[in-house]
Amino acid sequence: MSEQGETGAQVTGAQSLIKSLESAGVENIFGIPGGAILPAYDPLFDSKIRHILVRHEQGAGHAAQGYAAATGKVGVCMATSGPGATNLVTPIADAHMDSLPMVAVTGQVGAAQIGTDAFQEADIRGITMPITKHNFLITDPAQIPQTVAEAFHIASTGRPGPVLVDVAKSALQAMTTFQWPTELNLPGYRPVTRPHSKQIREASKLILEARRPVLYVGGGVIRAGASKELRVLAEATGMPVVTTLMARGAFPDSHVQHLGMPGMHGTVAAVAGLQKSDLIISLGARFDDRVTGNLDSFAPGAKVIHADIDPAEIGKNRHADVPIVGDCREVIADLIIALNAEAEQGNRGDYEAWVGFLAGIKKQYPLAYDTPPNGALAPQYVLERLGKIAGPEAIYCSGVGQHQMWAAHFVGYENPNTWLNSGGLGTMGFAVPAAMGAKVGMPDSTVWAIDGDGCFQMTNQELATCAINDIPIKVAVINNESLGMVRQWQTLFYNERYSNTDLHSKRIPDFVKLADAYGCVGLACDSPDDVDATIEKAMSIDDQPVVVDFRVHRDAMVWPMVAAGTSNDEIKYARDLAPQFDEDDL
Amino acid sequence: MSKHTLSVLVENKPGVLARIAGLFSRRGFNIDSLAVGPTESPDVSRMTIVVSVDESPLEQVTKQLNKLIEVIKIVELDGSSSISRELLLVKVRADAETRGQVLDAVQLFKAKVVDVATDALTIQVTGNADKLGDFLRVLEPFGVREIVQSGMVAIGRGSRSISERNLRPVAVPAPPPAV
Repeated sequence: MSEQGETGAQVTGAQSLIKSLESAGVENIFGIPGGAILPAYDPLFDSKIRHILVRHEQGAGHAAQGYAAATGKVGVCMATSGPGATNLVTPIADAHMDSLPMVAVTGQVGAAQIGTDAFQEADIRGITMPITKHNFLITDPAQIPQTVAEAFHIASTGRPGPVLVDVAKSALQAMTTFQWPTELNLPGYRPVTRPHSKQIREASKLILEARRPVLYVGGGVIRAGASKELRVLAEATGMPVVTTLMARGAFPDSHVQHLGMPGMHGTVAAVAGLQKSDLIISLGARFDDRVTGNLDSFAPGAKVIHADIDPAEIGKNRHADVPIVGDCREVIADLIIALNAEAEQGNRGDYEAWVGFLAGIKKQYPLAYDTPPNGALAPQYVLERLGKIAGPEAIYCSGVGQHQMWAAHFVGYENPNTWLNSGGLGTMGFAVPAAMGAKVGMPDSTVWAIDGDGCFQMTNQELATCAINDIPIKVAVINNESLGMVRQWQTLFYNERYSNTDLHSKRIPDFVKLADAYGCVGLACDSPDDVDATIEKAMSIDDQPVVVDFRVHRDAMVWPMVAAGTSNDEIKYARDLAPQFDEDDL
Repeated sequence: MSKHTLSVLVENKPGVLARIAGLFSRRGFNIDSLAVGPTESPDVSRMTIVVSVDESPLEQVTKQLNKLIEVIKIVELDGSSSISRELLLVKVRADAETRGQVLDAVQLFKAKVVDVATDALTIQVTGNADKLGDFLRVLEPFGVREIVQSGMVAIGRGSRSISERNLRPVAVPAPPPAV
């Protein structure tokens, strides 16, 4: 393909599309062909781009997300019109919520048939308008290169996000010329990345005046690649750090200044660190309801410095005393320069009492869990051991629910882009296909999907894709035979009435046999004594995907917890156990 | 809640109106009126959107609008430094007996009769919302049979133009290096 059709020569729209994707630097596409997109699959057959044939379009979308989250590059998925395209809706919405750069290419019925309820027609551009950063419908083949170039630019710059390019079959079949554009025509798109120097000065002033500051680090720091800068800023000032679910790994968990994850299931120290602070320095975070709890009582004594590349996030949920629009890496770098200049003149913040207070809380209320009765397996123990054995260089990719929270807490993250999960949308079934995408993007890294038995049954068909295409991911199924997080709420708030949360997944299906049927190695473990050996066995297999069925105690719950809609002051360290703060120390 | 008039320059592309309408509905913002039309540049359309919101949600409205790739520029026009107009066509009962009185009202409001029937007049009137409201109140006793009204359009006073802007094209970035 790349040899054919010199610039300006006659090609089909389909050839132009594939040449455009090559020109945009695409190396991998996850997808499934079908009628409307079929013309594009012909030149794709000869392209240097690797196309990975998935088993469900949702898997293609999550794989593109996992690829993007692990590599920082744009993930690409492809599907046909109608149901192919609508199956991408969940991953597109997920990428939108978690700001992942993704381009979804879909076929559309021929231009003359659009609007006639043709076979496999769905208005995917209309459907995805609220869940994409932008989307396009191409009916004129001459527009293909320009549109693809703009789609990749929009997806990967500013606040990253998903862009959908819907291409009519007639445009793929028509003859056109291919010319990769040199200029983009996006008069309304000018993301601001350089922070305003006046705002940086204001922020520095507040940081120096504060006595109880906290660095509230969100996923924007990961997307901006600003972990190194963050560490310099934190260590230069001594300010405590909390990392949200989306920012796990942005700051080392082993670091003494790290209080852990804040929010509904945050550590006591991280929740207290925000709640009792007098200055929140929000870096690429968005004051999500899962972090703030009841907004009116969230961090009542705190002023806010809010830095984000998306101006619409600033002041959306919480008033910002110092708004800073900019790329997190540049914001943090400028803050370091400003604070260093102040330090040279002897101006340093005094946070000693605050740091001591939080260290006390961290010590008094560490992450902990109860050992279940009768030698049953604690899910937290599995994740603790997995983190220790697979180590901080591995990539961990989680589904949604209890196992996600335990994985966020107990694995231990030291590096950015090693913790991938569905944070904003909370998509069950994210883990396996996203791990597949991550492994394609980072073939030399160990990639563990940490999944629940509920999540796993939503997307495990992609094990076939992994086995056939030599994508040896590892899957830890935390099998408590129920929709565990929902069950936890039923335990706590619905009088233990377990309506429709029992999955019986220790009986059906047999995950070991299922793994075997998919050409993967299946292992099972139900005793704490076997955990290390089982994980090590899984680690030793490199030529096949591995699925481990960790059959854990079903009544384990996620703690700490702030009940939905209540104040973060109401945090419970364990059931019926509220932490006591000795605020005289402050 | 107060009314705010936003002038929004958008790329003249299919689907732009759907994007803006969708954004208002999903973020829970109310549109009082909306008018769309061409501008001096064929690539650019202009929307005048009147919204009823408090100050801080208004900031969210404009920020969210600005995130739409096809939105080029947003300006809030306040009543004192801008001129706003709506167009009203009204069909009012008017027979030989009442026609004279209706025509008096037409003259008073500098309106215009655009169609005449034996028992009705169709009148065109332009102005701001207050004037149109007053006009309708005057006509009411005669029997208003049908009304159609445009959304408000508005323009800033003085010599400056909203569309004075720099439209630099952006260079296509090189693809990321292969790992």
